[in-house]
Amino acid sequence: MEKNPWRGDFPQMDADSVFLDNAASSLKPQSVIDAVDRYYRELSANVHRGVYFQSYEATRLYEETREKVAKFIHADPEEIVYTRGATAALNLVAASFGMEQVGEGDEIIVSELEHHSSVLPWQHVASVKKAQLVYVPLDEQHRITLDGFRSVLSERTKVVALTLVSNVMGYVTPMAEIIALAHARGAVVVVDAAQAVQHMPIDVKRLDVDFLAFSGHKMLGPTGIGILYGRRKWLDAMEPIEYGGDMIDIVEKNVSTWKDTPYKFEAGTMPIASVIGLGAAIDYWNASDLDKMEDHTRRVRQYVFTQMKKIPGVTIYNPSAESGIIAFNLDGVHPHDASTFFAERKVCLRAGHHCAQLLIKRLGIDACLRASFFFYNTFADGDRFVETIKEAVRFFRNIGF
Amino acid sequence: MDSLDNLYREIILDHYKNPRNKGLVTDPGYVTVRIKNPSCGDEITVQTRLEDGKIGDCRHEGKGCSICCSSASVMTETMIGKPLETAHAVAANYLNMVSGKPFDPAVDLEEAEVYAGVRQFPARVKCASIAWQAFLQTLEKK
Repeated sequence: MEKNPWRGDFPQMDADSVFLDNAASSLKPQSVIDAVDRYYRELSANVHRGVYFQSYEATRLYEETREKVAKFIHADPEEIVYTRGATAALNLVAASFGMEQVGEGDEIIVSELEHHSSVLPWQHVASVKKAQLVYVPLDEQHRITLDGFRSVLSERTKVVALTLVSNVMGYVTPMAEIIALAHARGAVVVVDAAQAVQHMPIDVKRLDVDFLAFSGHKMLGPTGIGILYGRRKWLDAMEPIEYGGDMIDIVEKNVSTWKDTPYKFEAGTMPIASVIGLGAAIDYWNASDLDKMEDHTRRVRQYVFTQMKKIPGVTIYNPSAESGIIAFNLDGVHPHDASTFFAERKVCLRAGHHCAQLLIKRLGIDACLRASFFFYNTFADGDRFVETIKEAVRFFRNIGF
Repeated sequence: MDSLDNLYREIILDHYKNPRNKGLVTDPGYVTVRIKNPSCGDEITVQTRLEDGKIGDCRHEGKGCSICCSSASVMTETMIGKPLETAHAVAANYLNMVSGKPFDPAVDLEEAEVYAGVRQFPARVKCASIAWQAFLQTLEKK
């Protein structure tokens, strides 16, 4: 059996099942579990409030994570807002920045490749503000291209909201070029990096991006915590969308003022344990060799893809994907029927529309299966997956599908 | 593969491949209800026409997995001709059976009994339920 240097760090990994639903949520390393556990065992106390040890130490870890996140994506700590996840982060941008800045006749560029959370908040802004949603025409592989983007960019473009890596197709968007083009027209760019931050180094300064969102739980961290990066000048100008505890400066009967960025966006008690766990996840990434991990993931994906291509009765929708995702169907078998077979064989896949109905419609299907590989998956996982596909094809053929 | 064989029973596959009472009608005497399962995109429309306190006709149309589509077909066959009260009891009993809740074995589910295997697949309960839920809604809507 091949030696995978990371696999042993993940207690949920067992010999019995094959976890290939990493694009939905990653497994958590022991160090993240320990960090969360320590908060609940030793440090349960609110942050920014108490002067006793537990509260002080919890606050220190909470703010230390902000610095870790900032460093991880080359931002300043004041530009890092804690949210419930990428969805909440993208909604915050739309509900605050979008509602304040977008006006009648403005255009918001999105794409059919987006996760619902990258397009629906803007659909709402467009409908309230009488602005226009404009879709980037995708190419024949359903990719966002520079030509496609150029064809919809105009002086009316106010906001560009696009995904950096597609959660179904695994395609990487040429984002640096798109941002430069958008800025030349005065548009602001919001990037959904939920599928990107665990696969490539992110440098928000070099990208020159205005907003960038991601979730903790897809990058080895806990659920319930996500990050919104925002350019300081935008965050400073934005109004909070939630009011309450901890975010205030001075409260009067009729008018109040808020703390500075980013605290004015963090009303109430935040998921402190999850924040601290996210800090441990970033420690894990910092201690690891991302290039090596990514190279391994791609080799496993390619190994599987090469074998899948040879199985009659399998359609693959994203043969050229750059990341570890394979979107596919067994011909004539509804993905929910197929995924039950995989589940019985303890191969964990995702079946459905993957929160990307616009893309699924564009592909001309009702739903599909998605296998998403990560660095802790082995070639043996790949073999079992391929064998299970072959078995499934046989099973459904034998019962008359 | 015992439980899979138990799920994909012959009757289920037969109804999947050769659905009965499929296709909608425009007759205003029918009550129409459409149910979607937003998590997977399955979508079933059921039409019911009452006649002298009985289910005079029942039709279905939609898209989805084999369990979803076949259960719509089996449901229509089970329901046509049933007195209203029996139809209610059978549907309620069926829904309890597939979702693993207590149900009355004395109520004859006829062919629909083959869906008992769904209980072992919690992720598929919704697939086996939506046509039957839509049917019950057609009775309420009347």
